[in-house]
Amino acid sequence: MATEKKKILVVGGGIAGMTAALEAAEVGREVILCERRPYLGGRVAQLYRYFPKLCPPACGLEINYKRIKANPRLQVLTLTEVVSVSGSEGAFKVTLRSSPRYVNEKCTCCGKCAEACALEVPDLFNYGMSTVKAAHLPHANAFPARYVLEPELVAKRELAEKVKAACEPGAIDLEESGKSFELEVGAIVWATGWDPYDPTGVQYYGFGKHPDVITNVMMERLAALDGPTGGKILRRSDGAAPQHVVFVQCAGSRDEHHLAHCSGVCCLASLKQATYVREQLPESKVTICYIDIRTPDRLEDFYLKVQQDPAVAFVKSKIADISAKGDKLLLHGEDTLAGKRVQLEADLVVLATGIVPCRPDESLKVDENGFLTRDQVAGYGVAGCAVAPVEVSSTVQDGTAAALRAIQSLAR
Amino acid sequence: MADKKIGTFICTGCEIGSSVDVAALQKLATSEKAAHCATHACLCSAEGVATVKQAIADQQLTTVVLAACSPRAMQEVFQFPGSELVRANLREGVAWTQVAGEEDTQHLAEDYLRMGMEQARRTGLPAPYLEGEFEKRILVVGGGVAGLTAALEAARAGYDVTLLEKSAELGGFARRLHRSVPSKAPYRESEATGIDELVAQVKDQKRIELRLEAEVEKIEGGPCKFEVTLKDGKALKAGAIILAAGFTPYDAGKLGHLGHGRLKDVVTSVELEALAREGKLVRPSDGKPVESVLFVQCAGSRDKDHLPYCSSICCQTSLKQAAYLRAQNPKAQAYVLYKDMRTPGQAEELYREAQRQGTVFIRGELKELAQPNGKISASVHDLLLAEDVTLEDLDLVVLAVGQRPATLMEGENVEPLQGDAVQKPAILKLNYRQGPELPNLRYGYPDSHFICFPYETRRTGIFAAGTVRRAMGMAEAKRDAQGAALKAIQAVEMISRGEAVHPRAGDQTYPEFFMQRCTQCKRCTEECPFGAINEDAKANPLPNPTRCRRCGVCMGACPERIISFKNYSVDMIGSMIKAIHVPDEFEEKPRILGFVCENDAYPVLDRLAQAKEKLSPFVRFVPLRCMGSMNLVWVADALSKGIDGLLFFGCHHGDDYQCHFIKGSELCATRLSKVQETLDRLVLESARVRFEQISMNDVEKVPAIISEFMETLEGLGPNPYKGF
Repeated sequence: MATEKKKILVVGGGIAGMTAALEAAEVGREVILCERRPYLGGRVAQLYRYFPKLCPPACGLEINYKRIKANPRLQVLTLTEVVSVSGSEGAFKVTLRSSPRYVNEKCTCCGKCAEACALEVPDLFNYGMSTVKAAHLPHANAFPARYVLEPELVAKRELAEKVKAACEPGAIDLEESGKSFELEVGAIVWATGWDPYDPTGVQYYGFGKHPDVITNVMMERLAALDGPTGGKILRRSDGAAPQHVVFVQCAGSRDEHHLAHCSGVCCLASLKQATYVREQLPESKVTICYIDIRTPDRLEDFYLKVQQDPAVAFVKSKIADISAKGDKLLLHGEDTLAGKRVQLEADLVVLATGIVPCRPDESLKVDENGFLTRDQVAGYGVAGCAVAPVEVSSTVQDGTAAALRAIQSLAR
Repeated sequence: MADKKIGTFICTGCEIGSSVDVAALQKLATSEKAAHCATHACLCSAEGVATVKQAIADQQLTTVVLAACSPRAMQEVFQFPGSELVRANLREGVAWTQVAGEEDTQHLAEDYLRMGMEQARRTGLPAPYLEGEFEKRILVVGGGVAGLTAALEAARAGYDVTLLEKSAELGGFARRLHRSVPSKAPYRESEATGIDELVAQVKDQKRIELRLEAEVEKIEGGPCKFEVTLKDGKALKAGAIILAAGFTPYDAGKLGHLGHGRLKDVVTSVELEALAREGKLVRPSDGKPVESVLFVQCAGSRDKDHLPYCSSICCQTSLKQAAYLRAQNPKAQAYVLYKDMRTPGQAEELYREAQRQGTVFIRGELKELAQPNGKISASVHDLLLAEDVTLEDLDLVVLAVGQRPATLMEGENVEPLQGDAVQKPAILKLNYRQGPELPNLRYGYPDSHFICFPYETRRTGIFAAGTVRRAMGMAEAKRDAQGAALKAIQAVEMISRGEAVHPRAGDQTYPEFFMQRCTQCKRCTEECPFGAINEDAKANPLPNPTRCRRCGVCMGACPERIISFKNYSVDMIGSMIKAIHVPDEFEEKPRILGFVCENDAYPVLDRLAQAKEKLSPFVRFVPLRCMGSMNLVWVADALSKGIDGLLFFGCHHGDDYQCHFIKGSELCATRLSKVQETLDRLVLESARVRFEQISMNDVEKVPAIISEFMETLEGLGPNPYKGF
């Protein structure tokens, strides 16, 4: 096949994959971007703001969506996963499987289906902190802008039929089934992203037991306007605004019993979230318990900026225990700086949990921490947080580099 | 315009049909000289699109007005190649935000349709800029790891490259290293730098033309048309440029307070590499082998008197160097004195390995060094023990020094240049009206200001890569160079197709100048955020379309209105404003014009519509490419028509600006501050014009701003110019 005709498959529609796909397509290559969720943007779409500028991720995503809409060389497949790959560089045969959305291209986003839907399901976009209609737009800024029906709804035929009847353009197809299909591509970029570490296993933190012990990714949703509280930072137990928020850094990270690696971004994420709390609740106090504050290169400026707020305290301490005391939470640890024990009383505890890489396929090589290695078979590229835990800017940089390697694959 | 044939298609789906009188809109379209007007229950369906295509073919329509959903919706469905397309927003703009069946709702829909018809009359098909030859050669400046990698990777993708290195040898800083920090699993041991292999690969690449001892004398032209003159007088053409000028280690001469220059056995991390390369770590003072070393982290870094930032790689460098010591003598002892150990990601493995091997880590500060009889004693304040401790019998103290970008000239301020300050020519020596180098961010780094787009530079087709962009290690510099190579390739491909690059990727329009009416006021050349417009000696603008990002800031800046795009002009928007029907003052129906940034504020309006939030029926919104394209004549057009108030929603500006055209939003606000003085003179209240900074997160703020503005206008009373 001629070089220009060969296609690039990008697996994962988060910021790394979306970048790799767009950058290659704008060079002039044919690209297919597949994503297992019903929307693009991945974890970035769930963030309220980026550090250090505190700007909304939706802004950059909007530009990327616009680039996708304008580019005829880029094909987006949502709700689609790779099943298997055979062949070699220049001539891969990929089997993919799509799950049904139950809503086809006739959807106009009018929202009538959601109005008619009597079933609510946990909203995973909000990490289960709220429910959502089982016929819904994946989230407010979702791209593609198309509704999706949850399988739980389709299983309840009577409810589903009512939803279907409400759809004027006739976009709902309850009979849609998953399908498998094959693609021939010259190169593959694996940008399968990450999952937030589940701290339930770190028992002394009491996550899952105390509703006011939450994770950093949940905090992003609490601050987001389209989040479970409409952007209000509130305790999950009683809906009260917290007066003292404690961030526990390295919650499960840099710990060989849990995640051995440092996730690189959690310090900056907590500094950023401290600004959410302080901006929204001017009377509140924030304490950040840390081992080392890791704010590389010019991001140091952001650390300095947050330090200027006298209501944000830094305690060098590894927290060893969190327990409930009345409606407060009690944190125990050692203040390794002052050499004495630390006891903190908090209204809300945010666990700064780390990045767990997603391994898309057993055939891909991984390191001891589960990250994809860069020395895969010829024709395979890797990018983003599946390879190393990094912030958005470095992820985009990596996605751009992966686009080049894929183009080189086609040229070989 | 005579041969224009406009077809208008009104969608009645998504509640449009039930909220407005479609028949009346059809009649309006016909009276507005639509050659063809049809309605459809679902225009975005395959059938609806086919209807439009059929009408284009049957009626030979040149222009299509779709009175349907927001221009952001169904973009990929509404594709009619060869026809001009205009979208009138009746769904988000009317049906979803207004009360159905009301007179005001109908008036709003009619205004949007009239504005769309007017836009249709003034728009044209893009004609890409394809004049002259388009060069695709990539010029790489700097022969260190980043430059070598960029050159090699671009060549491997099939592009010709010229690589300039100012010294006589390739390899850059990597040549000064003994080994490098780990870049691959298991991340515990240092690696060979691989610099000789990299240089050999570059030398073997036929597509790479090497120029050693070469420096730029000047660069003229723009992307795909760069004319590069070297200091030796030789010339070459280039399509895109990668700046990989690297860094210099922080000047040890400034670290006297840490003993450097005073005690012979205090060396920098860079000097330690030289010792290691010679095969043995020995004391500079007496040549005896080193058995005990103190590494001092952040030597001149994270320090407001030196480099305020962190250089990212120094912690790993010291861990790597501690391993040199262990390799030489397993009994040797390394101490690391640090503020925060920064070993992100898998580099944590290197840190853990050093701990396992017995390196002692002290969180604290260096207070004093003395070398009374051969060995060094270091007094340090241990922050963990909260007391001073003394480390005796040290053979060597290593100061871990940071990176300073090559773009930061000696004696230059670390803050970015403001206002009219002009950069000194240094490396690229660009012949750009707005300075000879890539604009720097803080600390002299010519990095992108955007988290989401790290290669979004302010000089089209010129990309910084490696340690000149951001403090980083070798592995990251290589990947950064690959990314920059991709962007350089992409720039030459897109520009040679006549397309804009990021963020208006693929846009085939570009600004055209009607020079007969130019008054040489220089506003366009001064305000272009990308330095796309040069000036001749008489101050005539000299546009370089391949440098242009199509924001329209020049169009907004021009008081003579001589700058236009094929599908976007001062006249077009001005005519749309004039198409708004303004009721007389006795009807008590105010009219407000809202200019909004199409990337940020317009999606916020769409989101409000999606939530079925009711907005005032008196506001007409016009999306702009960038708020910087706002021309003040529009304000005069609107107010002289009797429009009661003008709202402007632009992106946040200031240090953390969000405008992807850098200064567009700020320029708009600046221009408005000037118009307000004029308004005061005309006895029109300045409160009638309001600029707000809106981000994508301000979904709640927008309705409140609109309501509040309506109240303000009510207090002011109607615009006295109504009916004139």
